[in-house]
Amino acid sequence: MSSSNQLSRTPSPKENPSGISRQRGSRQSIGETTWTVLSGLCLVIAIIPLVLVIAYVVIQGINRMDLQAFTELPPPPLQDEGGGFANALVGTLVMVAIGALISVPFGVLAAIYLSEFSRGRIATWIRFATNVLSGVPSILIGVFIYGLLVLTQVTGYSAIAGGCALAVLMLPIIVRTTDESLQIVPKQVRWASVGMGASRYETVLRVVLPAALPAIATGLTLAVARAAGETAPLIFTALFAQYWTFSLDNPIDSLFAPIASLSVLVYNFAAVPYENQQELAWAASLILVAIVLITSILSRWATRNRIY
Amino acid sequence: MTSTAQANSASQPRVSPRSKREMWTDKTFVWVTLILAIAVAALLIAIAVEVGIASIPAIKEFGLSFIWTSAWNPVEQNYGAWPMIYGTLVSSAIALLFALPLGVGTAIFLSEGFLPQVIRTPLTFMVEMLAAIPSVVYGLWGIFVLIPFLQPIGKWLHNSLGWFPLFQTQYIGPGMFPASIILVVMILPIITAISRDSLASLPPSLRQASMGLGATRWTTIFRVLIPAAFSGIVGGAMLALGRAMGETMAVTLLIGNSNNFNVSILAPANTIASLLANQFREASGLQVASLMYAGLILFFLTLIVNMAAELIIRKVKPY
Repeated sequence: MSSSNQLSRTPSPKENPSGISRQRGSRQSIGETTWTVLSGLCLVIAIIPLVLVIAYVVIQGINRMDLQAFTELPPPPLQDEGGGFANALVGTLVMVAIGALISVPFGVLAAIYLSEFSRGRIATWIRFATNVLSGVPSILIGVFIYGLLVLTQVTGYSAIAGGCALAVLMLPIIVRTTDESLQIVPKQVRWASVGMGASRYETVLRVVLPAALPAIATGLTLAVARAAGETAPLIFTALFAQYWTFSLDNPIDSLFAPIASLSVLVYNFAAVPYENQQELAWAASLILVAIVLITSILSRWATRNRIY
Repeated sequence: MTSTAQANSASQPRVSPRSKREMWTDKTFVWVTLILAIAVAALLIAIAVEVGIASIPAIKEFGLSFIWTSAWNPVEQNYGAWPMIYGTLVSSAIALLFALPLGVGTAIFLSEGFLPQVIRTPLTFMVEMLAAIPSVVYGLWGIFVLIPFLQPIGKWLHNSLGWFPLFQTQYIGPGMFPASIILVVMILPIITAISRDSLASLPPSLRQASMGLGATRWTTIFRVLIPAAFSGIVGGAMLALGRAMGETMAVTLLIGNSNNFNVSILAPANTIASLLANQFREASGLQVASLMYAGLILFFLTLIVNMAAELIIRKVKPY
């Protein structure tokens, strides 16, 4: 920890140019300090779990982060060592890809309407519904997709059903971040484009969208990273598989089979008494946490330089 | 007309109206975006309708008594969701009880100039990161770290306050208590973020006026800033409550999944979300309908809370 922050230090309230002073040790002064300490304590209590969770996941997960973990299949209950989560890693990637493929164009176009073309009531209502949709418990999105695709045998338990559930989950986040990013682009940019004779879709697709692209891209990355860690909508739409169900030889058909994912693997292996499986659950958690942390930190860093 | 047109075309390129095709593309594009935007909103209704239709058999069979009946018996096909509704409400209420003061305290400390900007930014980011850790990872961590850690506290609660119904059973590990504590961690960043936003959006003149009248920093915070930001804080708390009621994976792994009603928070319990997570895979027939019915109840609980939160937060923004 470096303590050379003298340049940017804000003046402390004790530096008092007016000459009016408060008595040290007075009841009021002690009260002030007590509250300051208490609220500081709140912050400390809030941050402790983050540090502990990350520390535990790293310590417990790091020793199984070997080649085996990335190449082998999940071990059966009584296998004492070895095994990995290769199929779950691929499954997570496949389902997140399906989810992004559906929700990104859908969400970005919907946000374009909200930010560029809408006026008045409709937009207010749609924004309201989008925010409420983002508050719908993720398990209910699983239930929705289960009723829509699994129970009706449209896809059955499958990677597609899982991907659709993730798409519904990502959609409100994508709409909101895209909407916000588009609104940051100054009006003058649009006027300039229209003034040059561009039509509405040209203005949006060639001028406004490219200008907002860095912000939109970070929003999308965050949404995708969050989706990678989601479990609840997958446990009864994509189920799980101990073996390879996705194959590149027959990619379309294999999307209609149940598929493993890292998050469901953590869920399944968390509550079992087998040490080998528990170790893999920690290792898979480490990957999930790393994905979210890295994308969050990178997006923070990326959004520091805005175009407008 | 001809003379002016000729004069113009001599100095400028001729402006022609857009072609039919171009105008058609333009209109189609606007319409497509409109339809997709409406579709996003329609998804919300679709979820309600889908879950509602699927739960019709259970609604016909059990009616409203489903809500206050304590039974979950797949063998006898008898279902009632009271233990889970109780679990959902109590676990999220306990979580809110602890997370609200912690979150507001954190927000004040992060927004009211106690810390230099260089330290404040990373700390704010760390609190936000609490919301990014996947729920299932919290669950795994809870099983191996939180449950053993809470053992002495649970034991003490039972031994010294065992006469009180909420603590009348032994702490045996998984139960409402650890599940509520993990919920505190998970909803804390929501409360902190929204409280911070509403404190930060207060006009500086409020602080200046209060300070100018001779109020100390904490008098200003308690008497001026918190009352002014109150509705924002309430909105954040509502949003957090909705999140806590629907939180699934961490709760499922920690709550013990007991379908029997027990008042004690030290005993294993269940929430609607974790009931769904546990039973959907193996359910069939009336059990699916009953699970859907329970899901419908959860949907409306969270819908009401979220809509209220949205309305409150939206009113706060223009301050």
